[in-house]
Amino acid sequence: MPKDGIGASVKRKEDYRFITGQGAYTDDIDRPGQSYAVFVRSPHAHARIASVNTAAATAMPGVVKILTGADYAADGLGGLPCGWQVTGKDGPMVEPAHPPLVADCVRHVGDQVAVVIANSAAEARDAAEAVVVDYQPLPATASIETAMAAGAPQVHDEAPGNLCYDWEIGDKADVDAVFAGAHHVTRIELVNNRLVPNAIEPRAAIAEYDRATREYTLYTTSQNPHVIRLLMGAFVLQLPEHRLRVVAPDVGGGFGSKIFHYAEEAVLTWAAAKVARPIKWTAERSESFVTDAHGRDHVTIAELALDVDGKFLGLKVDTKANMGAYLSTFAPCVPTYLYATLLAGQYTTPKIWCGVQAVFTHTVPVDAYRGAGRPEATFVIERIVETAAREMGLDPAELRRRNFVPSDAFPYQTPVALVYDSGDYEGTLAAALAAADYDGFAARQAEAEARGKLRGIGLSAYIEACGIAPSAVAGSLGARAGLYECGEVRVHPTGSVTFFTGAHSHGQGHETTFAQIIAERLGVDIDAVEVVHGDTAKIPFGMGTYGSRSLAVGGSALSRALDKIETKAKRIAAHLMEASETDIEFSDGQFTVAGTDKSVGFGDVALTAYVPHNYPIEELEPGLDETAFYDPANFTFPAGCHVCEVEVDPETGRVEIVNFAASDDFGNVINPMIVEGQVHGGIVQGVGQALLEGCVYGEDGQLATGSYMDYTMPRADDVPSFAVSTRTTPCPHNPLGVKGCGEAGAIAAPAAVMNAVHHALGSRGVSRIDMPATPVRVWRALNAA
Amino acid sequence: MPTVSMNVNGEAVSGEVEARTLLVQFLREQLRLTGTHVGCDTSQCGACVVHVNGVSAKSCTMLAVQCADAEVTTIEGLADGDDLHPMQEAFRDNHGLQCGFCTPGMIMSALDLARRNSTPSEQEVRDWLEGNICRCTGYHNIVKSIMAGARAMAAVRGG
Repeated sequence: MPKDGIGASVKRKEDYRFITGQGAYTDDIDRPGQSYAVFVRSPHAHARIASVNTAAATAMPGVVKILTGADYAADGLGGLPCGWQVTGKDGPMVEPAHPPLVADCVRHVGDQVAVVIANSAAEARDAAEAVVVDYQPLPATASIETAMAAGAPQVHDEAPGNLCYDWEIGDKADVDAVFAGAHHVTRIELVNNRLVPNAIEPRAAIAEYDRATREYTLYTTSQNPHVIRLLMGAFVLQLPEHRLRVVAPDVGGGFGSKIFHYAEEAVLTWAAAKVARPIKWTAERSESFVTDAHGRDHVTIAELALDVDGKFLGLKVDTKANMGAYLSTFAPCVPTYLYATLLAGQYTTPKIWCGVQAVFTHTVPVDAYRGAGRPEATFVIERIVETAAREMGLDPAELRRRNFVPSDAFPYQTPVALVYDSGDYEGTLAAALAAADYDGFAARQAEAEARGKLRGIGLSAYIEACGIAPSAVAGSLGARAGLYECGEVRVHPTGSVTFFTGAHSHGQGHETTFAQIIAERLGVDIDAVEVVHGDTAKIPFGMGTYGSRSLAVGGSALSRALDKIETKAKRIAAHLMEASETDIEFSDGQFTVAGTDKSVGFGDVALTAYVPHNYPIEELEPGLDETAFYDPANFTFPAGCHVCEVEVDPETGRVEIVNFAASDDFGNVINPMIVEGQVHGGIVQGVGQALLEGCVYGEDGQLATGSYMDYTMPRADDVPSFAVSTRTTPCPHNPLGVKGCGEAGAIAAPAAVMNAVHHALGSRGVSRIDMPATPVRVWRALNAA
Repeated sequence: MPTVSMNVNGEAVSGEVEARTLLVQFLREQLRLTGTHVGCDTSQCGACVVHVNGVSAKSCTMLAVQCADAEVTTIEGLADGDDLHPMQEAFRDNHGLQCGFCTPGMIMSALDLARRNSTPSEQEVRDWLEGNICRCTGYHNIVKSIMAGARAMAAVRGG
């Protein structure tokens, strides 16, 4: 194996430019003659627009053009499309229009009404202040509860009762029958708090139009530039795809929030042709808070039926999910196909029913955020399992063991559609408990008690489904996109390699991980490999990066392309060595003829492919450049166990995480250093959800947590260091045996933390505390109990 | 418009600015030193940290004219040609960055800590980073990087 091959913690190739300040993020790019855009946004959650007066603003210094919702409507272009149609009990979901610039009625604070384009950002900002919009405020509804109440203000006329869809999975009567005969039923109510993704790079875009070539170029902070090109070109602006280039350069974090096609991208591209100059827009953070799609926001009631031995008999889950004011790109599938289908967790629960009602509110659209549905499912399962264990007087680890899908039961068909590929849930549980010194907890608890502190320990045995696929199945469930990935391996005449991938790296380290796979397979030095992503003009196609899919799907496409390279290279090598193709072996960059000492290096074969003087030209094309599209046969199913130990100060309500251990099964691991980093980051986003972060709207639809002054982002001193490790059961259905690791931490951690908090507070009679478990909430709960 | 002159990364620079121009805007837009980033508008995230007269400062919260005649160091001024600063090396060696957006501010902030305390404890590093937000790393490897970087800087000084 080359030293920089699969399994090595190779230092990242991309780091040099980032640690020297030479990254090229969208806002770092300036285009010749560029102008600047500032959006005029609604300060109201719900209002009719009586008029928009731009006269005074247009006369201000430096103003190039001001465009309004009426201008957009006059051009007869499309609205922002939704990429997934969920069909509920009563038919297809309600799918309201989503105009990129609003002409008649604003539906959330931050809804865009006009765009001001000027010679400088400051001039654009000044002029935006001078645009006079006559709003006629209307009653608003911000929460699930109020939106579903009788007589609630309506977000869209076509969605009576603000219902987007009422969907279910499983046979309710069947599950009810199981409950009737249960020995014990545990019931919980919970809120999965609304979160703001908060990638540290705010969204930004630059659009330009070249009149000579009639080509549009959009630079944008996207996780999937080809998807943006397809959605914006085909559905919104109706531009020819071959004359529309979308570039997603260095992107400063995404976490899902940069998957979606946003209004600003379409408006800038549309406006660029009108002003015949490049236009740049960069969100301010306060603008991000009211325009980036939010995450989570569920209210759930769940019931678990158990027999006398603690075996799970059935699970019933009733969830209401907030969609926000419009359907963001993938919003409808998050609380359905990415949530309810995961409710078996790691367990053999034979009967499951889940009903989901999705509702519109006058808030920012809600869509996929790190984990997307799977953190919500894990939170339901792991909270109710933990609660059941405490109620029945069983050790929570033991109750889990009694119900695990056994490691010899794979592939395992759950009652909620999915077929788990592989796993060892006992193994990850045991490893996590050992790392957390679970057996020593009682002594630590007693020691803490002596100091007046409350200790608790909580488990979260999670499963996730990554690399959503196959395309045909997803399509039958409402997906309006393919779910494959594309990769092109271009071997140059000198034997160096460029890999063009449709996946997109915004922190994941693809430039290193993919290069390791190529170094391993072709025996080339890792420095002779370059990975290119994020530009529709360079990469054949791609679906981008989300759902922990880059390695499982994009890496598989790479693997398939490398298979083609190897096959062709072997034919060339056979010709050079005058041997039969079937006798050629390839390892460590050398082609050899079995049973002889003949060999030829990979570099010589590459050169021969491009200088075909001694070449089987009648049977084989010159060149060594192969593309593969890979459509997975199934999801992958990473799983593991996280254990959190907390100490609560009853005097202040402060929760301190004193220990956090994780054992994860991600299948085969290419770069352990990068994988551990992904887990650390995910855990802290999960800890943030559990203890710190909560997006709060007033009942008037005003966002109360609109900046880092009000929305508590996890800081370094809020969390400890973590003990993370991996155990491997390879994925049996993709060529690298990999499962994906990007979301596990955010999926597992909230339940682990909250189980620990409930354990700590249980002795004081506290039975329910919602996320985020802030000091004030904890203190109040302790004092009310 | 006022003209402001300062020394940035060892070079004398000057430019016309509006009175309201922030130091970060002057660095990014006029000097095209785009390694210093803006991640928020409330002086919380620390992506914009630079050094002004040897002390870390949030360049989004200073006016350019406040830095008249000051010595300013940005992330671009740390490496000596191809030789990385020990703190930069430490971030790479310890996987202290993922998307890289907060990284320049983290490194500049870390340098100020390391100059004050060459052997900071984990808790001292975590407390120091109160004004720097990272959404990717969970801080685990940033803390490791800074502890290692501070030690490496002390070793260089000792040698």
